Amino acid sequence: MSKMEDRLVHMANQIGKAFLLRPYQEAVDETAAHIKAFWEKRMLTRMFAHLDAGGAGLDEIPRQAMLKLQQALPK
Amino acid sequence: MGMIHEIDYGTKPSAATKLVTLTIDGQSVSVPEGTSVMRAATEIGTQIPKLCATDMLDSFGSCRLCLVEIEGRAGTPASCTTPVAEGMVVHTQNAKLAKLRRGVMELYISDHPLDCLTCSANGDCELQDMAGAVGLREVRYGYDGANHLGATKDISNPYFQFDPSKCIVCSRCVRACEEVQGTFALTIEGSGFGSKVSPGMSEQFFDSECVSCGACVQACPTATLMEKSVIEMGQPEHSAVTTCAYCGVGCSFKAEMRGEEVVRLVPYKDGKANHGHSCVKGRFAYGYAQHKDRITKPMIRAKITDPWKEVSWEEAIAYAASEFKRIQRDHGQDAIGGITSSRCTNEETYLVQKLIRAGFGNNNVDTCARVCHSPTGYGLGKTFGTSAGTQDFDSVDEADVILVIGANPTDGHPVFGSRMKKRLRAGARLIVIDPRRIDLVRSPHIEASHHLALRPGTNVAIVNALAHVIVTEGLANEAFIRERCDWAEYAEWAAFISKPEHSPEAIAMLTGVPAADIRAAARLYAEGPNSAIYYGLGVTEHSQGSSTVIAIANLAMVTGNIGRRGVGVNPLRGQNNVQGSCDMGSFPHEFPGYRHVSNDTARGIYEREWGVPLSAEPGLRIPNMLDAAMDGSFLGLYVQGEDIAQSDPDTQHIVGGLTAMECVVVQDIFLNETANYAHVFLPGCTFLEKDGTFTNAERRIQRVRKVMSPKNGYADWEVTQMLAQAMGMKMNYAHPSEIMDEIARTTPSFAGVSFARLEQEGSVQWPCNEAAPEGTPIMHIDHFVRGRGRFMIADYVATDEKTGPRFPLLLTTGRILSQYNVGAQTRRTENAQWHPEDLLEIHPHDAEQRGVKDGDWVKLASRAGETTLRAKVTDRVALGVVYTTFHHPVTQANVITTDYSDWATNCPEYKVTAVQVSHSNGPTEWQRDYQAHSNAARRIDAVAAE
Repeated sequence: MSKMEDRLVHMANQIGKAFLLRPYQEAVDETAAHIKAFWEKRMLTRMFAHLDAGGAGLDEIPRQAMLKLQQALPK
Repeated sequence: MGMIHEIDYGTKPSAATKLVTLTIDGQSVSVPEGTSVMRAATEIGTQIPKLCATDMLDSFGSCRLCLVEIEGRAGTPASCTTPVAEGMVVHTQNAKLAKLRRGVMELYISDHPLDCLTCSANGDCELQDMAGAVGLREVRYGYDGANHLGATKDISNPYFQFDPSKCIVCSRCVRACEEVQGTFALTIEGSGFGSKVSPGMSEQFFDSECVSCGACVQACPTATLMEKSVIEMGQPEHSAVTTCAYCGVGCSFKAEMRGEEVVRLVPYKDGKANHGHSCVKGRFAYGYAQHKDRITKPMIRAKITDPWKEVSWEEAIAYAASEFKRIQRDHGQDAIGGITSSRCTNEETYLVQKLIRAGFGNNNVDTCARVCHSPTGYGLGKTFGTSAGTQDFDSVDEADVILVIGANPTDGHPVFGSRMKKRLRAGARLIVIDPRRIDLVRSPHIEASHHLALRPGTNVAIVNALAHVIVTEGLANEAFIRERCDWAEYAEWAAFISKPEHSPEAIAMLTGVPAADIRAAARLYAEGPNSAIYYGLGVTEHSQGSSTVIAIANLAMVTGNIGRRGVGVNPLRGQNNVQGSCDMGSFPHEFPGYRHVSNDTARGIYEREWGVPLSAEPGLRIPNMLDAAMDGSFLGLYVQGEDIAQSDPDTQHIVGGLTAMECVVVQDIFLNETANYAHVFLPGCTFLEKDGTFTNAERRIQRVRKVMSPKNGYADWEVTQMLAQAMGMKMNYAHPSEIMDEIARTTPSFAGVSFARLEQEGSVQWPCNEAAPEGTPIMHIDHFVRGRGRFMIADYVATDEKTGPRFPLLLTTGRILSQYNVGAQTRRTENAQWHPEDLLEIHPHDAEQRGVKDGDWVKLASRAGETTLRAKVTDRVALGVVYTTFHHPVTQANVITTDYSDWATNCPEYKVTAVQVSHSNGPTEWQRDYQAHSNAARRIDAVAAE
């Protein structure tokens, strides 16, 4: 994992932890909404690629949030 | 343009609403009950002679010059200490009073040098004026008796001198130091003829506790305390009101001028943020504007290892634009961006974000608020509906309990700090939550009821524990919550916060704060009845900065401390225009007025106004820009008035990112640290050289007025406009007022703001629009901006920055009174005399364990890097905690700080870094290398410069 991916994973995990006490689906939705609102597209692209490669280091909530965002991409 | 002369009413106004009617010299006047006779007379234009009275201070009644006669009363009472009464008949001038006043003046003048013609106060001396007013023509006592004419001058202060030979011992200076500044550095030593003003225990001013705020100089009616600049240059001939360019208090000053030279800056009494007070920075530290280090010609270079080459403005702008276009052509539209400055005006900041959004065609714009108050934007936005601080500064006068968390107002926001101290001396109770024993904890006539000296990084745990006590002990304000907040959200939050793991007892070990202290502080805050929270970067600059802001908002809501005077949540903004730069759309996800770029309505407004399609996706934040630079996808940066190489965390990461870029354009007044990595340097100008507005921490929009021509030839907004035009934009503003008109046209919260209005009213606090035509001093009065207040669960999550055997101590950073942020301005003034270097504060026990003595050179090392500086052994910091400032590039405290950041906003975690301290023999390798690069990068090609 490159330094940039390592940093993005850390950021995503931090966001996920902030919503950890919410009901599971709400935590995923809030994490996804936060990332969509604040992350620039090349950060997202990098994370989607990381996700495709297995998503090493991602906690469960941010992993699901990133998957949700990835699935919402225009086909 | 002439001099602005404010009327001195002699005594303070009365707050009473009941009017009293009296007659003064045959003229009827109605004034509020409690007004002094002196002030009532001044209201109708009658000047009663005075020396010890001035309306900045409480009445004193010592000079015996303001005597009057009142029908039906015996004697000749002092008009400054006599309140008006219904039907009172006052005579201010008659033969008896004239004789008495002349007698008093004779005594003063018999022990005063008669050098008026050569005195620095000539033309601005109240003693001289009063001698004229009472018709003094002779001094019967002669001048040969015992006197003070040979008293020695104290010239130790770099900005003003104290000449006791001219002192009339009116005590105005002593009272100003006590009442206005609250430092109590001055006293009257001795008695009778031997009475004299003394700083501390007969010390020199510079060695005393004096903080050089200038209040004593301003209060002095003679030349006893006089600015050295006036002594050197003479009296000013015209003046203009402008706004200070230092901290977020936003003090108004009169710039008193001779031609285009500043003679002095004097705090403006009608300034609504400062009410005539100042600090050592705003009052005196403006000399950087004339400093020899100012760069006034544009410069370019192909590589950062090349020397700079001076070029014309046309060439510099054309080069920058062509480079930006080339990078976009080769690497895509998103490969460039920019950074706005919280030191620049609203209009300049607005233009930079406009250039980036409409000219660069992306949202890669960020601002230095990223590294300070971005968590405030997130936390208050989510809970209250707006990031705005809730109160005006005057609100503190009605606070019963003041909770200061992660802020050091007497150093960081000194004029407001003095205001707070005044309220505390009047009886308000104080809670301080800070790892360090800041001055407010214990200073003359002030002692905090509770100082919760928490371990850095545990803010959320402490604030949640306070809320736990309030909820579980039945201290919540249920009526307020039911009326103003979402009850279901409250109930869920209350269940969370009531859990035993949030109790003071459960977190005492974690935070290092005894549970009993937390419980007592919580009860005090809840009992108020008016409790106000003031916080600073000790809250925001953490990995949980946004969570702490949310926890603070919860605390205010659960006790009903929102929506009226004396309460509220008050972020103390660091720089002069942090509030404004955020308001102006400097964040990559928001247009001006905090509207997300994906908001079609907001985007439509700007697309129509600017005539181009705009991106609906957020851009890169500063740390992301640097990451992307290292990654090869972000290669051009326009930086206006910021110095990220010194101010931002993990310097090596910053330098790495800047070095990876192909075109860095820096616009600044000095070759700052970031300029060491720049390819184009566009000289900027100071606040004295341009028109515009700043917005202070209480959302107050105030004018900045040009008092001298820009040394570089252009105001900063004009430089941005030239760059925008070179990028192909149609941008043709003739004056900053036109930019403000566009802001008002496109930003709902600014709809009622214009230069014309500011000219008329002095200032206005946003929101200012149809719904709030007079502006908004207090937010959320009847309802929250978002409707109902939202309780949000903010759980404590430990930072990833951990102490351990290699790095056992926690470093936290901050500011000192005399210096300002990266020090680019204050280091180039005499303020450097107070703080010539950054020091490392270390607890005596930690120092002893390492064999470190006071003044020793020590190496400060973290996982990010290492530097050296000198140690200051003090128990002001807790065991296990060390502290330093970041004002000097030689120290580079940010070599130590890490790239950990707030989960929501990426605001860096400056306040928690695991470090080790050890003895040092000299600069670190990083410091040596950096200095070598810095020296090389600042070379200016001698041939081209001619």
